[in-house]
Amino acid sequence: MSAKSKAVKGETRFQRYIDSVKYAKHVIFHPFDGFWDLVHEKRGSLAAAHTFLVLFLVTYVLRLMYTNFQFMTAPLQYINIYEQCASLLFPFLIICISNWALSTLFDGKGHFKDIYMALCYALVPYFLIQLPLVAISHFISFDEVAYYNVLASISVIWPVFLVFVALMQVHDYTPGKAFIFLFVTIFGALVILFLILVFFSLLSDAAAYFVSLYREIVFRLH
Amino acid sequence: MDFFNHDRGDLTVRTFAKVMAICLAIAMLLPTFAAYAAEDGNFTNYTYNYDYWQDEIEMPDAYRVEQVIYSDTLGLEVPMNKPQSLYIRDSFVYVADTGNNRVLELERRGSEFALTRIIDKINGVEPANLASPSDMFVDEAGNIYICDTGNHRIIKADKDLNFLLSFVKPEDSTFDQSMDFLPSRLVVDVSGRVYSLATNINKGLIKYEADGVFAGFIGANPVTYTMFEYIWKTFFTSKAQRAQQIAFVPTEYSNIAIDDEGFIYATNAVFSEYDLLWDNAKPIRRLNSIGNDILIKNGWLPPIGDIYWEEQSVEYGPSKFRDITILENDIYVAFDRTRGRLFGYDSQGILLWAFGNKGNTEGTFTGAISIEHMGNDLYCLDELGCTITVFKPTDYGNLIYKATDQYLKGDYDGSADTWRQVLKLNANYNLAFIGIGRALMRQENFEEAMMYFKMAYDQENYGRAYRYYRKEMIEENIGWIVAVAVVLICVILITKVVRKMKWEVLAYERKKQGR
Repeated sequence: MSAKSKAVKGETRFQRYIDSVKYAKHVIFHPFDGFWDLVHEKRGSLAAAHTFLVLFLVTYVLRLMYTNFQFMTAPLQYINIYEQCASLLFPFLIICISNWALSTLFDGKGHFKDIYMALCYALVPYFLIQLPLVAISHFISFDEVAYYNVLASISVIWPVFLVFVALMQVHDYTPGKAFIFLFVTIFGALVILFLILVFFSLLSDAAAYFVSLYREIVFRLH
Repeated sequence: MDFFNHDRGDLTVRTFAKVMAICLAIAMLLPTFAAYAAEDGNFTNYTYNYDYWQDEIEMPDAYRVEQVIYSDTLGLEVPMNKPQSLYIRDSFVYVADTGNNRVLELERRGSEFALTRIIDKINGVEPANLASPSDMFVDEAGNIYICDTGNHRIIKADKDLNFLLSFVKPEDSTFDQSMDFLPSRLVVDVSGRVYSLATNINKGLIKYEADGVFAGFIGANPVTYTMFEYIWKTFFTSKAQRAQQIAFVPTEYSNIAIDDEGFIYATNAVFSEYDLLWDNAKPIRRLNSIGNDILIKNGWLPPIGDIYWEEQSVEYGPSKFRDITILENDIYVAFDRTRGRLFGYDSQGILLWAFGNKGNTEGTFTGAISIEHMGNDLYCLDELGCTITVFKPTDYGNLIYKATDQYLKGDYDGSADTWRQVLKLNANYNLAFIGIGRALMRQENFEEAMMYFKMAYDQENYGRAYRYYRKEMIEENIGWIVAVAVVLICVILITKVVRKMKWEVLAYERKKQGR
């Protein structure tokens, strides 16, 4: 391989990343077609998905910090940014895992990578609306809260709808099955949470057993 | 979303914070501040208020103990025994000395108190002696009304204690005739109608016309039950069980007081902590003539007293108000039994100050039972300590009252100046920021007003000020705005034209090459 072809390859990879980011526009406005091609025609990329997830987290934090106090008063003195991010990221990943685990059982076509990517693309409208909204909040008064609320609601409802479509297209499900699967996924996530809790509580019990055993021995030896 | 009956838009984070704050009643571990001597030698209390985040903020004392009246101070041969109530008319203080079957009349002369009369019998009625009198009221003409609980009657006597009228057990089907009539508290309105609370009566206030005729009940607590309770009671209890249960009954009020406009303030002390959520408990109510609660609640929290309490302490639980008194300008002070605290609220239901504690030192209470006011001085009765504690407002407390008064009278600039003085003493006082902001808004200084409203987290007023400010800004800079818009449009148009030209050139060249 010559140096030249390497450079060309790097350029194309970057170009591909840019294209996959731009493709989000098609996904959010034409979700049925968009999500299908995203996965099956390899139009999306993991790098773009990571970007969207990070942007989502950043937007969430910026919204808490910089929205005008007329519309959002977060107790900043108590808020830990990392905690906030973790409280979003952790459920997001659990939902991805639970969806993947359950959909493999119920003949879903999506791989874990596809599910993660599709869900990340579904978050795009949230920060596309919320980021400008942070700025807009400084130019409207408390009476105009209705406009603010409408936009804020859209920024939540739209991604929820996209998640639904994403599940449908990624797994090649019928709408009814995808709808039921939304709830099944949440249930699965709760089960995973429960298992994690049980695991850690058992682990701490086991550790406590050995600690007390050690103490007992030390006590007897003295 | 509308958690406490006031519209503040989409504030999920704050609502959540509120729910957390009350629902869990996080142990804030309030340091128990005993009264200690301040630099000027007066006893001082730990006075506090809640800020926007519902955190407790210490503030200067609004009240200090002026003196404590003991039985000895008054030179009583028989010391007070379980006094139940106070009443103040002009400079006269009446104490219901229930355990000794008498009513004491004291007069304030300067800073001294003189025992002027011991009322233990009424002339011209049988039985003449009072039995466990628990409350009294004196009207403009000097007629005295006494809740003669042990004799099952309310007595009206003239100022020389000659019998005038008695209000007895209502002979009415709405009143359970098998029960004793035990009046415990009373107030009288300007036209002589008597409103009374009675032990074991939970239908609200018993109302009598001025001539002693029973006129019905008003202001009963509405009965509330949950869906679960209803289902349980309907399907899972036998008839015998149902007869035994006395559930689903409204609660009794703990006390009543009447303000200058004739509205009755009632306090309610029987509720669970859970009832405070969504303001179901309504520990303080302002009843109109048909018994509806018309208390204004514009604060971030309704007037419920403390919102935090120490976990696992003896004084655990919500504030339970035993009495209330109404000062000028609809400022009301509620007296809490749980922790012996006093809570002052303004007419909008916003907490002005809170102080007091349980204990036996000056300014603390073990058995808070009754509160009255003389001017802005507060008189608090302790039924277990048998003491009357007199609180006098400090300069700081007086400034707050003055500013409120000036604002209500329309002297907005004067009120702002007073609020500025308050801020010098306490830079954490939200009401002061709002007061100054309002005055600035009237002077059309919107930008500065916004700053003050923002410091007080007053979203509504901030929004109002901001609208004017925005209008002003746009009007001032309309030239620039139009210029920028025109330039923008021009730029867009020009780029379009240039692009089109480029395309045409390209197309022409391709055509040429194609040939």
